[in-house]
Amino acid sequence: MALSASKLAVGDKHEEIVVDDLTRTQLVMYAGASGDYNPLHTDDLYSREVAGYPGVFAHGMLSMGLTGKMLTNYVGDGRLKKFGVRFTNQVWPGDTLTSKATIVAIRNENDGPVVDLALETVNQDGQTVITGSATARADP
Amino acid sequence: MADSLKMPVEATHIMMFARSIGDDNPIYRDAEAAKANEVGHIIAPPTFPRAVAQFDPHYHLRVKNGEKWFGSGKNPTGLEEPAKSTGGLHAEQHFEYHRHPKPGDVLTVTTRDGERWEKESKRAGKLMFSETIQEFRDQNGELVVTSRSIGVKTERPVEQG
Repeated sequence: MALSASKLAVGDKHEEIVVDDLTRTQLVMYAGASGDYNPLHTDDLYSREVAGYPGVFAHGMLSMGLTGKMLTNYVGDGRLKKFGVRFTNQVWPGDTLTSKATIVAIRNENDGPVVDLALETVNQDGQTVITGSATARADP
Repeated sequence: MADSLKMPVEATHIMMFARSIGDDNPIYRDAEAAKANEVGHIIAPPTFPRAVAQFDPHYHLRVKNGEKWFGSGKNPTGLEEPAKSTGGLHAEQHFEYHRHPKPGDVLTVTTRDGERWEKESKRAGKLMFSETIQEFRDQNGELVVTSRSIGVKTERPVEQG
C-alpha cells in the first residue's frame, strides 16, 4: 500500500517495534547474507578479549535494515527514492528496537508527489541508535 | 575494494537477506504475491546493495583459505600482532534509488573514495572518517543505486554508558 499525498499531513507518524530481544543468531544470519564477517559481530571471544568491547554487537547495516523494514511497511514496496542514516549508538544482543518515521514535507518532483521523512530508531532505554531521512514516491 | 565488481542479483540471496533483517514481506520472496503487487516482481530490500561484499574477491572481512584471520580459533585472535585499532565502524550510510534491483539483474559496481576528515571524541579518542561512493549500474548501463558510506576508525573502543 502506497501513501496518498492528499491524505497526509506534515507531522504524521508511523512507528513499529522492528526487533524484540535481538539474538546473536540474528547477527550470524546477517553476517551470512551480507557477507560482512567482521568478528566484532559474530565472535564474542574476539570482541571481548581483543577488541575490548563487552561482547558482539549488531552490524550497523542490520540496524539500518530493521529500520528499513518499518519504512517500507509505511511507504510501500519499491517506493523509496532516498534512504540515509547515521549510526549514533551500538545495538546489542537483547535489545528491543522501535523505529519511527515522521513526515517532514509533502512536495512535487518531476515524476509526481513525494514525501520526505525523518527517521529515528531507539532502544528499550530510549537511547537513539539511528537517525536518518528518506524520500518516497507517493500517490496523488 | 576492486575498481569494478559484478553483482548478479538472485532470488535466493534476496530471500536470505530479507530473513537476516527480520523482514517477512512477500515482495522479497514470493514471485506470485509480487505479481499481484503494483511492483509486479520480486525486488531487493533497500539495504541489499551492501551485500556486494559477497562479490568482492578481496573483501577483507571474510575468512580466506590459507590466510590468517583476526577472529578467534585456538586463541582469541589468529594474528600474532592484532591491530591496536578496533578496526572500522560504520558511521553513516546513504542510498539513492533510481529503481530497486530485482532477480536477474547483473549489476556492475564501481567504487571510489570520497572525502576524509578527523574529529576528536570523548568516547573513542581520535576519529578518522572516510567516505566511499559506489555506483550500481545494470546490464543496460543504467544507474540503479548510488551508495555513499562513511566509515570511522576509532583510536580506542567506544566507551559504553
